[in-house]
Amino acid sequence: MKIVKIIAGIFLVALVLIQFIPVDYNQNDTVPQTDFMVVHKVPEAIQKKIQVSCYDCHSNNTQYPWYNRVQPVAWFLEDHIKEGKAELNFNEWDSLSSRRKTSKLRSIIKQIESGEMPLDSYTLIHRDAKFSKEETEEIINWVTQLKDSL
Amino acid sequence: MKKIKMSIAAMLLLTVSFAYAQEKDKMDHSNMKMDHSKMMDTKTDAKAEVILNDYFNLKDALVADDTKKAAQLGTTLVASLKAFDSSNYTKEQQSELADIIEDATEHAEHIAESAIDHQREHFKTLSKDITDMVAITGTKNTLYQQFCPMYDKGSAWLSQKDEVRNPYYGSKMLTCGKVQKTIQ
Repeated sequence: MKIVKIIAGIFLVALVLIQFIPVDYNQNDTVPQTDFMVVHKVPEAIQKKIQVSCYDCHSNNTQYPWYNRVQPVAWFLEDHIKEGKAELNFNEWDSLSSRRKTSKLRSIIKQIESGEMPLDSYTLIHRDAKFSKEETEEIINWVTQLKDSL
Repeated sequence: MKKIKMSIAAMLLLTVSFAYAQEKDKMDHSNMKMDHSKMMDTKTDAKAEVILNDYFNLKDALVADDTKKAAQLGTTLVASLKAFDSSNYTKEQQSELADIIEDATEHAEHIAESAIDHQREHFKTLSKDITDMVAITGTKNTLYQQFCPMYDKGSAWLSQKDEVRNPYYGSKMLTCGKVQKTIQ
């Protein structure tokens, strides 16, 4: 029993200590000219949905609710953001060639269609990031149109 | 005095002849380079052939429904794409090729770490990239562009044989598709 208490104590201390390790927050004030929403005329509803569901990990600006500032959640998130931005960064959209854009749009469609994006671990907390059936259909139609027009 | 004059003259002579020799060397070099690029035009880009070869192996793995092998070949393809050298092409071709290689690399990377459905999705775009690459680099072999109207609203791929073996469906619909174009 004593051992359990000691281990629990160590964990608690560690948990408090790791809160002091600085995290590199993914935040920026400006929206660059290469941003997806600047380059394309996106219908308002879709624009909002993409911002809420995708931009936290796929842009240079993450909205940080309080639980995202607590360790080790922040680390977990940091990793996802890094990976997400490497795959697709909406802020830098226009720096891609038209071949790369078509390629990315195709991947976006496939990811949403198959329900792989947004990640389950993300929508678990961000309920409003989830796509309803209608929203899925709407966004896929729109992105498909955009892809075919490029 | 005479000695000094003589040695100055000798030095001058030496310098001039040296400069001349260097110039000649440069000219020879540029000639060689031109010959080299001519050779490129006659379809012998060895590094592009390696990429094609890896692509065909990958296609065969997908035809055989072999996810594991396809993943390994995805990694192989990433390496051969990285090794591609476009310095013998024109500036325009170079930027086009860089774009193609970047896109193809991303798809090959995904193929290396995905399940078969995803591998096939990425193979579709990869096929488009490789087809565009061949249009620039050429190839020593005859290739067949084949087309399956059923997969994802119609999808194409390249093959070394005119006989159709479908990489998008594998054993499910092995012979679905037709030859769309012959590339020589």
